[in-house]
Amino acid sequence: MPAPQTTLKDASRLGGLPLTRWAAYPALTFSLLFFVAPFLVMFAVSFWQRLRGRLEATWTLANYEKFFSRDYLVDALINSIEVTLITTVISILIAYPLAYILAFKVPPRWQRIILLLTVLPFWTAYVVRSYSWLLVLSDNGIVNSTLITLGLIGEPIALAYTRGATVLGFVHFFTMLLTLTIYSNLIQIPPNYRHAAADLGASPLQAFLRITLPLSAPGVAVGAFLTFVITIGDYITPQILGGNTEVLIPQAIILQISRSANFPMASVMSITLMVVVTGCYLAFARHLKMDKL
Amino acid sequence: MIPRIKAITGSMNRRRFLAGTAGAAAASTLLPRVGHAEGELNILVWCDHVDAKLLEPFEAAHGVKINAKAYEGTGTALSILEQSAAGDWDAIVIDAPDVPQVADLGILMELPEDIAPWGDIFPELRNAPYTHVNGKSYAIPEKFGYYGFCYNKDVVDPADASRGDIAWNEKYKGRIGVYDYYFPVLQMIGMSMGLKPADIKMSDLGAIRERLLAMKPNVKMVGDIVSVQNALVTGSVDVIVGGAEFAVSNLIPTNPHLDWTIADHGGLIWNQGIGVLANSNRKELAMEFVKWILSSKGQGLLATSDCFWAMPANSTAELSDEAKTLLRWDDQSDFLAKSNVSLLPSAEMDTEMLDMWTEFLQS
Repeated sequence: MPAPQTTLKDASRLGGLPLTRWAAYPALTFSLLFFVAPFLVMFAVSFWQRLRGRLEATWTLANYEKFFSRDYLVDALINSIEVTLITTVISILIAYPLAYILAFKVPPRWQRIILLLTVLPFWTAYVVRSYSWLLVLSDNGIVNSTLITLGLIGEPIALAYTRGATVLGFVHFFTMLLTLTIYSNLIQIPPNYRHAAADLGASPLQAFLRITLPLSAPGVAVGAFLTFVITIGDYITPQILGGNTEVLIPQAIILQISRSANFPMASVMSITLMVVVTGCYLAFARHLKMDKL
Repeated sequence: MIPRIKAITGSMNRRRFLAGTAGAAAASTLLPRVGHAEGELNILVWCDHVDAKLLEPFEAAHGVKINAKAYEGTGTALSILEQSAAGDWDAIVIDAPDVPQVADLGILMELPEDIAPWGDIFPELRNAPYTHVNGKSYAIPEKFGYYGFCYNKDVVDPADASRGDIAWNEKYKGRIGVYDYYFPVLQMIGMSMGLKPADIKMSDLGAIRERLLAMKPNVKMVGDIVSVQNALVTGSVDVIVGGAEFAVSNLIPTNPHLDWTIADHGGLIWNQGIGVLANSNRKELAMEFVKWILSSKGQGLLATSDCFWAMPANSTAELSDEAKTLLRWDDQSDFLAKSNVSLLPSAEMDTEMLDMWTEFLQS
């Protein structure tokens, strides 16, 4: 009688349960504890009110009505979406060529060093990086000083405390993230595909447009989705670099919490934000193939 | 204890163990426990209290360790307290005009009258309507100053700064920074319209809103203290509306072109109070801490704390001549005489003011 062989099917079972099922429990527990439960609490609180300094479970739609009836609050949501879309598009336009050159034009032994240099800015604190940009962009900063010294401008240009400054701060951060996700996707595309296309008479541009670009879409989609989600919820960059010259939805949320502890109103704004992010996920879902990274 | 552990584990199956472990982990990490070790005092304070030179003498004298958490905004303090267990916090520093509202929530302990050197505290603070609530003390004035104007005196005419209408002055279009705190700035606007802060009513907010929105074209940025300081020092703005000694006193030694003033029609007095939490388990020690902060020595250290400088509430505070010059010690009688204490808003009025501010930022 031959010795029993351990099959792949057996190895994937532990204690009579499929291993995959066990492996899902920690993630499931984590999600239940840190996402689903807090979200349900936040959803319930959004129907409450802070009256006479106290939170009261009034179960009313008044907060939702207030949010959608005040132009300046709806504008906060629109501003957030605009800034996020601009950031995402610019970051992709910069990151894609960077990742492409890194993946296909740089010798493999140099790629690790360049990747390390690419992520170096991640090592500095987010707040410090934002204030550093502020020093660069201020009226007495290096950009304005240089332009004035060269005689190109007579008076400082307003660079700091603008939407442009906010977008710049975001793009600096997310270009790095997108470069990594796109690069990791590009290097998985077999070179034979492009060679075969060339053999069949495709020009480099045709090979790029019909082979490389479609196959790298998952990397772009994942990076763009992460950029969208993190940017739309970010408070620090618009607060420091934007100078409060316009309000984005995270700033509106913080105003409600830090000044008057109005958690119900803040919850309404947060849920609205979540609806936007969910819509974004659904739009990207078809391309979010994490296994391709 | 070992038999008990055995008894528990003996009856556990794998699922219960996992559930229990997860529950314990969640309880230990999720629940915001501050907790007390023996000989510790937990204080929820403004950043000026998180200064070793202020805390160490008290720690040494009482053989305790102080755990200080800095916060900004009464709303934040309330949310921290709401998420903490009873007894986690012992002493609190709070924006004095908020004391009646917070005392009404039952958070603050009524303090004995002899805890404060009332005779040495500037009378304008001693007699402020929020210092006593129904005749009882819940937080003692400990530090104060004004909401006025900080400016770059190389560029700004001091006369323009003190007229009180600089925020609307075309000469400084695009050179104005505003301290991001709606409550004092809206009262300052009311004062520029001839209203006394204490008399501002809901019916006045419409006119104040119009004037607030009219200010926006001149405004380059709105930010917290660090942000407006940064904007002034880097030359991005020339004026900070809503700033005064607390924003620039500790910057002037290295930036002598900076200065501060209040409007000729007076400034708006701000002051912070220190109290003890009603559910503290160390009320005696917390009250000793309050006494230390209000002592002449403690007041001098608090006034010149690393985070920000401002006037001590106690007129006997130990301050150097240089510090007195920067804080305009000799001008205090004049400043206080023409200045006003803050209004006491209802929760509804406060909400309306915050809405106006959000609209202003968005405009």
